[in-house]
Parts: sequence; structure tokens; C-alpha cells
Amino acid sequence: MIGFILRRLLQAVLVMLTISFASFVIQGKLGDPVTQMVGQNVTLAERAQLTESLGLNDPLLQQYARYLSDALSGDLGVSYYHKQATLAVIGDRLPATLELSFCALLIVLLTATPLGVFAAIRPRHILSRLIVIVSTLGLSVPIFVVAMFLVYFFAVEWQWLPSFGRGETHLLFGFWSSGLVTKDGLQHLLLPSVSLAFVLAPIFVRLIRAQMLEELDSDYVRYAWSKGIPAHRVYFVHALKNTMLPVITVGGIQVGTLIAYTILTETIFQWPGMGLLFMEAVSRVDAPLISAYLIVVGLIFVLINTLVDLIYLWVNPRVRIPGYGQ
Amino acid sequence: MTTQTLSAPTPRTPLQEFWYYFSSNKGAVAGLGFIVVIGFMAIFADVIAPHSPSDQARDALLLPPAWMEGGNWAYLLGTDDVGRDILSRLIHGARLSLAVGMVAVTASLAMGILLGLVAGYFKGMIDTIIMRIVDIMLAMPSLLLAIAIVAVLGPSIVNAALAISIVSLPHYVRLTRAATMAEMSRDYVTSSRVIGAGPLRLMFICILPNCLAPLIVQATLGFSSAILDMAALGFLGLGAQPPTPEWGSMLADALQFVQRAWWVVTFPGLMILLTVLAFNLMGDGLRDALDPKLKQ
Repeated sequence: MIGFILRRLLQAVLVMLTISFASFVIQGKLGDPVTQMVGQNVTLAERAQLTESLGLNDPLLQQYARYLSDALSGDLGVSYYHKQATLAVIGDRLPATLELSFCALLIVLLTATPLGVFAAIRPRHILSRLIVIVSTLGLSVPIFVVAMFLVYFFAVEWQWLPSFGRGETHLLFGFWSSGLVTKDGLQHLLLPSVSLAFVLAPIFVRLIRAQMLEELDSDYVRYAWSKGIPAHRVYFVHALKNTMLPVITVGGIQVGTLIAYTILTETIFQWPGMGLLFMEAVSRVDAPLISAYLIVVGLIFVLINTLVDLIYLWVNPRVRIPGYGQ
Repeated sequence: MTTQTLSAPTPRTPLQEFWYYFSSNKGAVAGLGFIVVIGFMAIFADVIAPHSPSDQARDALLLPPAWMEGGNWAYLLGTDDVGRDILSRLIHGARLSLAVGMVAVTASLAMGILLGLVAGYFKGMIDTIIMRIVDIMLAMPSLLLAIAIVAVLGPSIVNAALAISIVSLPHYVRLTRAATMAEMSRDYVTSSRVIGAGPLRLMFICILPNCLAPLIVQATLGFSSAILDMAALGFLGLGAQPPTPEWGSMLADALQFVQRAWWVVTFPGLMILLTVLAFNLMGDGLRDALDPKLKQ
């Protein structure tokens, strides 16, 4: 068990190393830092001197090692546009994105689980058919179309909810600017998080339904029925437990999708989070900010994926991942 | 042949059997029908489209659809802000979306199945190496990785397609590997091995068919998500560049007119929705028809 965890952590470190190398390469490919630092009226000799003093003539691996040791001490470079440490810029925008993703995930879990389970337990019910149809439709709608129609009706036509920005925020614990504690902030949060949830909810409804149907058809469930175990126990204790196993794995992968889609959601709603920051950085070719964003988001995913694997190991002791553990 | 006297019904060929189950799912047939129509439109776009997708009719800016007041029957679905015929642009856009989806899904499915089978079958070192690479790719969510790839390579439709096919690979590998490992412990695999089946036969003939159901579902989602990702990249301005008629970038261009001219936004959105929906429906039908477990 401990061996498995250690190995999993080692992998996480390896993954982070690769991501950091990719980010390093991206940073090198996108633009020349010397040109970014000085204007056009600098002599070639001065440029060469600056290039040398920045260490840009060193071998690639040496430059990478320097980049890495800087990164480990929390220095991911300075944004060309913001003229600030990239990590500080991202840190400012992080709470907005995390709150948005968290709310979307909450909406997904609270809607998808009951709907998926119901559709599996009562497959012929008219409501179940509706759930299947709507979830298939939901899979097919691009998030920006959903967002545009939500904005059109709720913000433009009926004027119930604000269509952009984050509204009023409060500083919590001295560093976390939160929109969750004010009414205005929550109102601003509603449309973006519903749009974002639209991406994932259909996937989970379908997954839970399909998996639950399969479990209900299995021998152990048939045996449970024949033993005379009450229906709610068969459904919610026997079948649901095993249904949720693959849901955890897919869920871990999909959290990544969720944070990626914050890029689109934040662009549409002008939500001041990391995703919007990243799109701005891409359009400004702000290389340090782009690579710092990739590293930060990579770190978030590696943490989540590691956590999901550990949870999986914990809830499903049958799984023996070969090569790890005993 | 003189076996007329035997009146036993001829068994259906696998293809007939497949069609029998597939056609019992009306949604799937509708999806297939729509895909055929879209495919036809895509191939013969030059002949079918009433106008050139980049022709700007200066006297007909933001014209509403023909059946509305002020509409013109020459522009069936209206025109956009520079007077281009929306119907023609949608028809030409179909060509792009289908091509991108086709390339991305075929490439990543083939690679994914191969890597997943190898990893799940041989386990050990090979498995670890493959899965680490997959983990690294998965460590970035697909859309983000696609955006990053396009940001480095430069925005273009080819780079977008390349990015989409790279980023959808890990899901196929993971699914195939998980299914392979589950199947490996089954008795039928063991007995095939005892009979003397070689690794290739075990992998592709014994195990693979039993892993196909989740792969088909994933490939369907993959096709639709390729089209959706393409539209998303286009929407962000990283996919097709103007004046290429791509559905996502048509939407992005039209965003500012949503209040004045609903048709410039609605029709591309509808087109994406219907095409993706058709692929989803057909995938469901394929799964029902191909999965032996659900057949009984």
C-alpha cells in the first residue's frame, strides 16, 4: 500500500518534469526574450551581451536545469505584459477559476447521479426516455451555444442575471477573493457555472445509466433479488457501489475537461479567471505566462489524477495494479 | 444446389444481423441518414451551394431567412454581416468539420487500440512506459492541450486537426487497456492460450472484440468531440482562419449580432448540434447492434 503510494507519487513527479520540459520548450519557441526586454534601438553588440548574460547561449539542457531550479523555488519567470511574476498573476486569478469549476462540478454531481440512476432503474419510464434524449442532445451542444442562449434569455431578454464579470467579491483569509459570499457574486456565478456543467452532466448521466444497467444485469444482483433483499438495498447498496467505480476513473479524467472548458466559459462570460488570462496570454504571445499556466494547470491535474487513483485503490481493494504493490 | 427440401431458415450473415439490430433503433437510422446527407453535401459542396462561401453581396447585409419579412429567396437562410450567403457557408463548413473529424478519430483510434492492447496484454515494463506517456498526455485536458499545441504551431485548420487527433489518443489507450486487463483474467482467454493461441491472435481475435463496446461509445464521443473541439478552436480564433467557412468561427464572428440577427448565430449552432447529435445517435445504435451482451 505504502509502496504503491510512493510509486504513484514518483510518477507524478515524472509527469511534472515532462510538463515542465514541454513548457520550457514552448517558452523557447514563442518569441525571443531579448527582443521583449529591449526596444529596437539597441545595437547588436548590446543584444549579444544581453543574450550572453541571460544565459541564452548555454546548452539547452543547462538552460532547462536553470529553468527547473527556478521553478522549484517558485519562480516561473516574469510576464511580458503584466510585468509581474507569472505565479503571482495566476495566483490572483486562481480563486475565480476554482470557484467556477467547483460550482459546475457540484451541479453536475447533484443532477447526473439521480438522473442516471433513475434512468437505469426504470428504463421504460417516460421520464427515463426523456433523460436519455436530453442527455444525448446535451452531449451535442457546444458550450458556447449554450452560453450564448443562456445569456440571450436570462441576461438580455428577461434581465434576471448579469451576463459577464464576477460581481462583488470579498477577500477571505487574506488571500482568497471569493464571489461565493455575496449575493451579487453568486448571481454572477450562476450562468457561467450552469453553462460549464452542461458540458459534463450528459457524460455522467449516460455513464452512470449504462454502468448501472450493466450491474443490474449481473449475477450478484440477481442473487441479491432472489435472497429477497429489499429493492432500495439492491439498487443503492449493491448496484450503485459498483456503478460508481468506473465513474470515479472517468470523473478524474473529466475534471481536466472541466478546467479546460473554463477557458471557453471564461472567454464568453469575461470571467476574470485563469482561462481568460491564458487566452489573453496566447493572443499577446506572452510566453512566460503561457508556460506558467500550463505548469500550474498540469500540477492541478497531476494532483487530481493521483488522488483519484488512491481513492480508487481505497474503494476497490480488488484492483491489483500490476507492477505496483505486491 | 438441390437442397431446396430443407426448409430451415438460412442464418443471417453477420452483416444482415448487424443491420437487423441497427435498424431497430430509429434514432440511429435517423443519425445515419443525416450523416449521409451531410457527407453528400460535403463532397458536392461546390455544386450544391447556391453561392460561393466567400462572395460578399454588398446590397444584402444581414438579410433575414427567405421566409421572413425582408428575406430574399436567393439567400435561403439569410446573409451575414458582410453579405455572405449563410447556407452556402454552412454547406462548405460541413466539408471541413467532417474531414477533421474523420482524420482525428481514425488516427487516434488506431493508435489507441494498438497501444492499449499491447499495454494490457504484456503488462510490466511496456505497460508502465505506455501508461506514463498516456498519463503525461492526460495530465493536460484535451482542449487545453489542443489550444497549447495550436498556440505553438500557429493557428490553422491543419494544426487544429493534428492537435485534436493527438489529444484524443489517451482515452482510447486507457479504455482499451482497462478492458483488456479485465478480459485477460477470463476463462475463455486462458483456454485459448492453453489451446496454443499466439499473442497476436489472443490480442486481436479473442480480446479485442470483447473490448469494442466501450471503444465504439468512446469513438462516437470522439467524433463528436472532434467536431466540437474544432468548433471551440474556431470560436477562440485558433482554428480555421477567416474567410474559411468553419461553423465555430462563423459563430464567433456573429456573436455581436445576436440581438439584431438571430439567424447568423442560430444556424451554425444548429448545424454543429445536429451533426454531433447524428454521430452520437449512430454510435448508440452501433453499440446496441455490436455488443453481444446487450443483444440477448
